[in-house]
Amino acid sequence: MSFTWISSYWPLLLTGAWQTVSLLVISVAFGFVIAVGLAFAQVSGGRLTRLLARGYCTFFRGTPLLIQLWLLYYGVGSLLPMVPGIRQSLFWPILREGFFFAAVSFTLNYAAYEAEVLRGALLAVPKGELEAGQAFGLSPWKLIRRIWLPRAIRIALPTIAGEIVMQLKATPLAFTVTVMDLYAVASKVRQDTLLVYEPLLVVTLFYLALTAVIARVFRGLEAQVPVRR
Amino acid sequence: MSDQPFPALRVEDLHKSFGSQQVLKGISTEAHKSDVISIIGSSGSGKSTFLRCINFLETPDRGRIAVNGEEVALKPGRGGRLHPQSWRQIERLRTGLGMVFQSFNLWAHRTVLENVIEAPMHVLGVPRREAIEKAEVLLHKVGLFDKRDAYPAFLSGGQQQRAAIARALCIDPAVMLFDEPTSALDPELVGEVLKVIRDLAEEGRTMLIVTHEMRFARDVSSRVLFLHQGLIEEEGPPEQVFGSPVSARCREFARLSAH
Repeated sequence: MSFTWISSYWPLLLTGAWQTVSLLVISVAFGFVIAVGLAFAQVSGGRLTRLLARGYCTFFRGTPLLIQLWLLYYGVGSLLPMVPGIRQSLFWPILREGFFFAAVSFTLNYAAYEAEVLRGALLAVPKGELEAGQAFGLSPWKLIRRIWLPRAIRIALPTIAGEIVMQLKATPLAFTVTVMDLYAVASKVRQDTLLVYEPLLVVTLFYLALTAVIARVFRGLEAQVPVRR
Repeated sequence: MSDQPFPALRVEDLHKSFGSQQVLKGISTEAHKSDVISIIGSSGSGKSTFLRCINFLETPDRGRIAVNGEEVALKPGRGGRLHPQSWRQIERLRTGLGMVFQSFNLWAHRTVLENVIEAPMHVLGVPRREAIEKAEVLLHKVGLFDKRDAYPAFLSGGQQQRAAIARALCIDPAVMLFDEPTSALDPELVGEVLKVIRDLAEEGRTMLIVTHEMRFARDVSSRVLFLHQGLIEEEGPPEQVFGSPVSARCREFARLSAH
């Protein structure tokens, strides 16, 4: 076992960790917002919106994330440069990066899973508590914002924590579209030094540490509203 | 006894069916300021539906409702049933009706105090400090001041219902609506909730109470409505409804529930 390589590779390791965390935060944050829309579309939308939302979730949960990522990267990615003016635009430096496609793809995928979790949680909020909100004159929008959604998120918190950890473990796929994430760093160390086991071990510790942080944060969030058991 | 020209609540010819089941077949009543009206009857007689139609948790098929003199604007929809013209108006009128539910329905993700100040702050626009001051006075009154920062799950049923009463009082409703407020409580907790309601009656609050507590109804009510199969079968002061009812069914009901 040799870990002498760490001294020259730690800046790269930190960059990798940063890319992994960025992908996770971006996909979870944006994915959550989309998921809220998808969940409400399924719970209280009309027939068409319900159908569309369900179709979205079925597609993104029913196909491998790797294939979604590649469809986006090789499909949309090869079409994008043909959009007139896009190469001159301010966003081109972002749009041409693999990171962009990984972030979008992970976001869309995470949204589908999270929407299912939220849908269940929205339905699990006792009807009486919603009626109480109506009876005290809350408008439908305020009822959603102040009672229904926050109550549902509390119910879903443990599941959401699990989904985020799953999402963290999906991020190495970004390596396949040139993103220098944690796994890509391990792979680069292997190419450079011919060490297979050690870089993987170090990267594993990083993932474990990130998971521990996520679990910690959510334990804190759950403790905000104590539950009687 | 009223210093305002209109009743706090006026209900006329209220009809409601669920599917082919006619639950309310034309109920009319008025509640003037300081009236305490108990609504009694066997289960399935439409008592709860009647109460829920008043604040439009159920939309009545036909009828007229006015709170504090303001009538709910209704328009005919599909199948000849009525719909509110404006849910904005319903939301406004609901703030004149303080509802207390059988199963409390406190918001579980909010503390007792947060439950009480929710509607004043976010519906009526009362500033936070003012809402808290008022809520604390009300929590004192229902004996829950020391529990103001507790979450509902940590309270007994009786405490939860008293918190729910404080929540309903905090919007200064013209009429309090109680939907079987003690039916979900363990017998030893019923007394503490009834005492709070009794105090409110003595203060001159206008209240409609759907209840199975006959002794209580007899003691606090200024008027009792006996509902049977969606109609008011007997109506009058408690001495009449419980003592010498005209209707044979009401006599039977009063006799059976006297024990």
